[in-house]
Amino acid sequence: MASARANRIKDSSSDRLFLFLDWSLLIILVVVITIPLLNVVSSSLSAPSAVGAGKVFLLPKGFNIDAYKALTKEKQILTGFGNTLIYAIAGTCLNVVMTVMCAYPLSRRELVGKKGIMFYFTFTMLFSGGMMPTYLLIKSLGLTNTRWVMILPGAMTVYNMIIARTFFMNTIPQEMNEAAEIDGASDMRLIFSIVLPLSAPILAVLTLFYAVGHWNAFFDCFLYITDPKLFNLQVVLRNFIANIKAMMDSSGITDSIAAQQDVALFQEVLKYAIIVFTSIPILVVYPFVQKYFVKGVMIGSLKG
Amino acid sequence: MQSVTKKAASTGTGREAVDQKARRRRYAMRMARNHWQLYILLVLPIIYIFIFKYMPMYGIQIAFKQYNLSLGITGSEWVGLKWFRMFFSSQQLPRLLGNTISISLYQLFASFIPPIVIAIALNEMRNAFFKKTVQLISYMPHFLSVVVICGILQQVLSLNGMVNNLLAGMGLERIQFLGRPNMFKHIYVWSGIWQNVGYNAIIYIAALSGISPELHEAAKVDGATIWQRIWNVDIPGILPTAVILLIMNSANILSVGFEKVFLLQNPLNTRASDVISTYVYRIGMVNMEYSLSTAVGLFQSVVSLTMLILVNRISRKLSDTSLW
Repeated sequence: MASARANRIKDSSSDRLFLFLDWSLLIILVVVITIPLLNVVSSSLSAPSAVGAGKVFLLPKGFNIDAYKALTKEKQILTGFGNTLIYAIAGTCLNVVMTVMCAYPLSRRELVGKKGIMFYFTFTMLFSGGMMPTYLLIKSLGLTNTRWVMILPGAMTVYNMIIARTFFMNTIPQEMNEAAEIDGASDMRLIFSIVLPLSAPILAVLTLFYAVGHWNAFFDCFLYITDPKLFNLQVVLRNFIANIKAMMDSSGITDSIAAQQDVALFQEVLKYAIIVFTSIPILVVYPFVQKYFVKGVMIGSLKG
Repeated sequence: MQSVTKKAASTGTGREAVDQKARRRRYAMRMARNHWQLYILLVLPIIYIFIFKYMPMYGIQIAFKQYNLSLGITGSEWVGLKWFRMFFSSQQLPRLLGNTISISLYQLFASFIPPIVIAIALNEMRNAFFKKTVQLISYMPHFLSVVVICGILQQVLSLNGMVNNLLAGMGLERIQFLGRPNMFKHIYVWSGIWQNVGYNAIIYIAALSGISPELHEAAKVDGATIWQRIWNVDIPGILPTAVILLIMNSANILSVGFEKVFLLQNPLNTRASDVISTYVYRIGMVNMEYSLSTAVGLFQSVVSLTMLILVNRISRKLSDTSLW
């Protein structure tokens, strides 16, 4: 009796220790993740002299939005923003259509030769031609320095297709297919009247995965596009960070600042501002759509 | 067809076997005919994959040729293993392989445990509001672009950036983090963990929620502490997921994420940051040595594929968990 009681007391104290560590760990996690982000946002809103003197930590010092005002006047950034919008909207539409077109048939039991076709797709996840052969192909197709290169080569990712296929296999009951077939509905009819209305969640997941991918795309644009008029926002951002002085000189921001000393300080703030500017759309939309990303990962973790 | 007739002769019930096979084939044909629309749907994706994924594989042959722009892929002269020999005897090889493998092994092992710990911590958190908040915040950095992440790193780690301000505040010397070759690995790996630990925990949280609550109840009745329940119920429950992720990640041993290394690279840290994929980019796109670059890329892909198959086989033997 006595020992049982001692046991219980020991248990609850070790449980309490766990709770304490649990809270501490998660609080530390949040703090560590937030601090650099807060610092970047605050620096972008601070006076250049405060940033240069290293006085900004978590809150802006000498609050102002001059850097953002300068950015909105900057032509390359507006062009980049517009291009990214075009690539993201057109690309995502094509992505979702292609993915559904591919995933739905492969989710059907009736598809003869399904195994072979699946292998045809999944093999490309295991092995690829590599950077140079892909580059030479894109070039020989005449896609370099066109908007198409940001849309066509990534028309579908096999990983997302598998997620969509898993969703279809798990949510559209086989009986429904059979019933529709007996009633004389064609597969196309089935898709438009039954499958798509039931697939809103997966369409949302696919749209978001692809849209974020397009928004964040960097390397394809960097590799295949040399015409500054076609650059997307990420490439503009990268050029700004790598070479802020030349970018500022060419855009006339430099001329608007009197003292040479201030130019260098303002450059730093401008870098912070463009980093934030590029991420704003993601940060604004993210809290509302977070659950769909989680859903996507959950479906992806099921074995199809 | 031949094997069918042979089998037929030996078993005696051959006619039936042939009939069955033919019947099955007829059934399949009818099935395919009834569902021709499904095949129509697949046409575009198949063409897309053929053009943008399989055609580059055809182009891999320039790894064995002296690629010449005017002669094209097929017309260029065959040189056998010349480029592979060149790569394997090059003086850069030890540095490239060393950097690549050490960065990816470091990443593989350092980023394995943290998401599991975070997932368990979130799973045991009873305060729903706090839990939701932590999830919202910790998943977020995953969605920032690699250019933004590298921009943040450059700013925060710069000489008058946040980290150095903190160091200076504590009376320590300022460090040019990205200019120090010996720091590169740590910056690369830990910023990756910072960015993805929350998001990578999702998959483990999914696995944890799949564990039957009865197991936890039974353990509680038996007087197990929360630590014992985690060790004996939670950990075995997420082990298969962990193994699958480890298999998939270990296949990438030679393909360190190109974009991030490329963006963090500068003349001061190249000694530590030059990896195979940045080398492929440099000799291909900058030096225009298409064939050599393709050969190195092919080496990288073949190693990845081999690793994936090997690790998968080992894991299937040891733990019954495998990708296919």
